[in-house]
Amino acid sequence: MTTGNTANVGIVIVSHSPLVARGIADMVRQMVGDCVPLAWSGGNVRGELGTDAGGILQAIETAWSDAGVAVFVDLGGAETNSEMAIEMLGAPRSALVAICNAPLVEGAVIAAAEASGGASLSKVVATAEELSP
Amino acid sequence: MQAEPVLVLGLIEACRAVITANTDHLCALDCAIGDGDHGSNMQRGCEAVSAQGTALSNLPLPDAVEKIGMTLVMNIGGAAGPLYGTLLMEIGRELRARDRTDDFAIVLKKAIDAVARRGRSHQGDKTLLDVLYPVQDALARSSTLIDVARHAERSASLTAAMRARRGRASYLGDRSIGHVDPGASSCALLTTAICHYFGENHRA
Repeated sequence: MTTGNTANVGIVIVSHSPLVARGIADMVRQMVGDCVPLAWSGGNVRGELGTDAGGILQAIETAWSDAGVAVFVDLGGAETNSEMAIEMLGAPRSALVAICNAPLVEGAVIAAAEASGGASLSKVVATAEELSP
Repeated sequence: MQAEPVLVLGLIEACRAVITANTDHLCALDCAIGDGDHGSNMQRGCEAVSAQGTALSNLPLPDAVEKIGMTLVMNIGGAAGPLYGTLLMEIGRELRARDRTDDFAIVLKKAIDAVARRGRSHQGDKTLLDVLYPVQDALARSSTLIDVARHAERSASLTAAMRARRGRASYLGDRSIGHVDPGASSCALLTTAICHYFGENHRA
């Protein structure tokens, strides 16, 4: 899938379930169209429930934007593996990737809507994190 | 610092063997308070390392240890991947920063601290840290290998009384009490296997 506008912040969805990750990515895509770079990673290396640092790294590469990438995660292991993937991405790009403390579905959708308007990474993250109490 | 190829291969095989023999046991522990896949995840990681055994054994020791860590990250999946991966990658980096291995307790302390930061956990949270810190402590006191192994096993069993504060088990709250932590258990098994291997093949 080509990304329409690399000036916009990219969005990555990470879930323990490939179905959940793909479903949310599909939902985001239908709501904001092609103007936001988007990718997902779900499940472990075998596609079973779990998360996979290598797969998350690949998703970040796919959704890469020089404006940065916002990552949305479900449970603890997804966050730990996402942090690992961001480290593996290496400096200086790792500084342009943020894991959002926001609900997965609502966070990803609202972040994508914000990103589609050309907002900065910090603005995208802040908007999504407003959803968290 | 060139590793002895036989030593590296032997350690990899000892770890793979103990995890394979305990895969079902670790999965059962994880079924009680997690998602039931810790054994199979660890086995997948060990198999991946084992498959690269010959290549790893020809590397300088720090490089081999760091590469094993990266292999675990890429293959274990789940939270155990980054935790065990961070431990080994940090040990590799710390070893590279020195030219002697005789202060291994210090190397290990720095690596365990990195694991704690990665998991944002502390001792007493019912994780593998509850085995790693006591093992490090025993090493720093120059305990015998048998003592270190015994310490690891005892520390793992003590996690049964703890209430989980990190990971999936933390969602269970008080219901996590009474079960040994699967990560602490795999950590104790690996420590014991490594101690036995050194005990049988090298002077302590």
